[in-house]
Amino acid sequence: MRGMGIALAVPVVAAGAALGASAIAVGLAGADPLLALGALARGALGDRFALGDTLLKSCPLLLTGLAVAVAFRTGIWNIGAEGQLLVGALGATAVGGATGALPFPLPLVAALATGAAAGALWAACAAVLRVTRNVSEVIATIMLNFIAARLVGWAVHGPLMEAGARYPQSDPLPATALLPLLAGRVHLGIVLAAVLALATWLLLFRTAAGFRWRAVGQNPGAARVAGFAPARALVLAMLASGALAGLAGAIEVLGVTGRLFEQFSGGQGYTAIAVALLARLHPGGVVLAALFFGGLAAGSGAMQRVAGVSAVLVAVVQAATILALLALDSPRLAAARTRVRAG
Amino acid sequence: MSALLLAHAGAGGMGELLLALAGSALALAAPLLFAALGELVSERAGILNIGIEGMMLTGALAGMVTCHATGSPVAGMVAACGAAAVLGALFALWVIALDTDQVVAGAAVNILALGATGVAYRAIFGVTGAALTVPTFEPLALGGDAPLLAPLRQPAPVYVAVALVPAVWFLLFRTRLGLRLRAAGEAPDAAESLGVHVTRLRWGALLVAAALAGAGGGYLSLAYSNTFVEGMSAGRGFIALAVVVFGRWRPAGILAGALLFGAANAAQFQLQAAGFAVPYHLLLMLPYVLTLAVLAATTRATDAPAALGQRRAAASAID
Repeated sequence: MRGMGIALAVPVVAAGAALGASAIAVGLAGADPLLALGALARGALGDRFALGDTLLKSCPLLLTGLAVAVAFRTGIWNIGAEGQLLVGALGATAVGGATGALPFPLPLVAALATGAAAGALWAACAAVLRVTRNVSEVIATIMLNFIAARLVGWAVHGPLMEAGARYPQSDPLPATALLPLLAGRVHLGIVLAAVLALATWLLLFRTAAGFRWRAVGQNPGAARVAGFAPARALVLAMLASGALAGLAGAIEVLGVTGRLFEQFSGGQGYTAIAVALLARLHPGGVVLAALFFGGLAAGSGAMQRVAGVSAVLVAVVQAATILALLALDSPRLAAARTRVRAG
Repeated sequence: MSALLLAHAGAGGMGELLLALAGSALALAAPLLFAALGELVSERAGILNIGIEGMMLTGALAGMVTCHATGSPVAGMVAACGAAAVLGALFALWVIALDTDQVVAGAAVNILALGATGVAYRAIFGVTGAALTVPTFEPLALGGDAPLLAPLRQPAPVYVAVALVPAVWFLLFRTRLGLRLRAAGEAPDAAESLGVHVTRLRWGALLVAAALAGAGGGYLSLAYSNTFVEGMSAGRGFIALAVVVFGRWRPAGILAGALLFGAANAAQFQLQAAGFAVPYHLLLMLPYVLTLAVLAATTRATDAPAALGQRRAAASAID
């Protein structure tokens, strides 16, 4: 129990410090920090609609956060959840639209599967380049993010463009391909995401494959000596990571937007890095961290309306959270703490 | 690529098209050159700075705001370098003083810059403000209107960027400071035991790198265009990272890489202007696809500074 408390203390302190730093930034920008934070909280938690919105905004962050956690645990820097989410949404839109005439739930299942496969393949590009050509996966996944965004732009201006309309967006998806709604706008995808969080925990901590991946992530040299093939672990972990991020995109299309358009992702793939780090790369933590950042995203609109603070402030909170976590984990600070205790 | 252009343009417009392409390539290479040369200095000292994208964006906004207030693009450029250096100091505080992971801290710097520039821009100019334009660096009037010199009529920062290539080469490979800096990137512990101030050198290298990334951003808002747009660095900071790898951590290679990526970017505009039936969005992919292709074809781990991106935790555990 004491271990649990310590495990939770660092992220809570980091998130609190980030919110505090951002409130100071709001004050420096000339707005009222308390008014802004109050509007943010009401927009995230104030009533049933706000809570539903928080859940909806958390869903893609939960899945992309899991994606980043799996990759980082294996020691591969997947900065590409954004691109994997986009190709997942693209694949789901194409297949969901094409198979829409089949009875429910076949188009839905086909669209979800395509989204996961597209994300996995996109991530695998970076993993294969890393393993065979020694290309930094950091640069490769970032390049693939830009390529995916252009691919979506091309699709909604070209082959997937709405028939007879001038807007760059796809046709609305047929009802047979959509995720059923549970309550209000909250859809079945949230349940799916929660199940996948459990599955990711099982995979990482209760299977031999997950053990090998974590071993490779912690010490590739020792893992190789132990007979684990790091290259194989990296590729497999990236496939799993990409599939999770691809599903995030598919679920967003099939549960929330109902169609694909340009600027489809509001940067959830990058927020995912903050989610995974705040979660200490643990699937259970990812659920909590996704709710935290989902709540911020849901409340930011109200904050912009009420306090006149730009909603992109949420990005500042994310960055401050990451920096606070890094600082709290710094070996230099740990050494200083030890010296203080000893002296 | 150029064969395609020739075939399309025919005999008459061919020369004009090529000259336009060359001029456009040079103009698009300049911001990459600033950022990549800065990144080279930082990577040679052992620090992988993923945050250059955010530093460019910060420079672009600070440059535009300052130029808007003072009417001077030169003052804007100075502010661009200064603001990016402040962000660079924050990054250095984390990766050098606190010895945290460089990739994650760099990613945080990018997210921070994206959010902070957005908040600041809207706070200063309002959410719906009409497109604000500022005075810019004018192209130098070289050789009157001789058509062959057209590609060389570029604003002054382009010349500064090109002049930085030999300057950075001289600094890194012909001075004692450069030797120490490279030692800090190859074998920091050994260098330290010989009396090299690794920490101080890395701080200096990162501040220079950040200021140069800021200059690249300032170029975007004060020379290449005349305004600031949220997210206007558009991945150039990341392409600059790739240019450093492509150039094998050498200034001349980086010049070649920046020109190649500038040309790819320019070709995309020129192909469009020439009316090729290539979908616009697929052309926009060109620089990013080229980056991947080039990295897959050229990466050799042995070219990178040996201690690049490594934390110094092991070393600090000893002392």
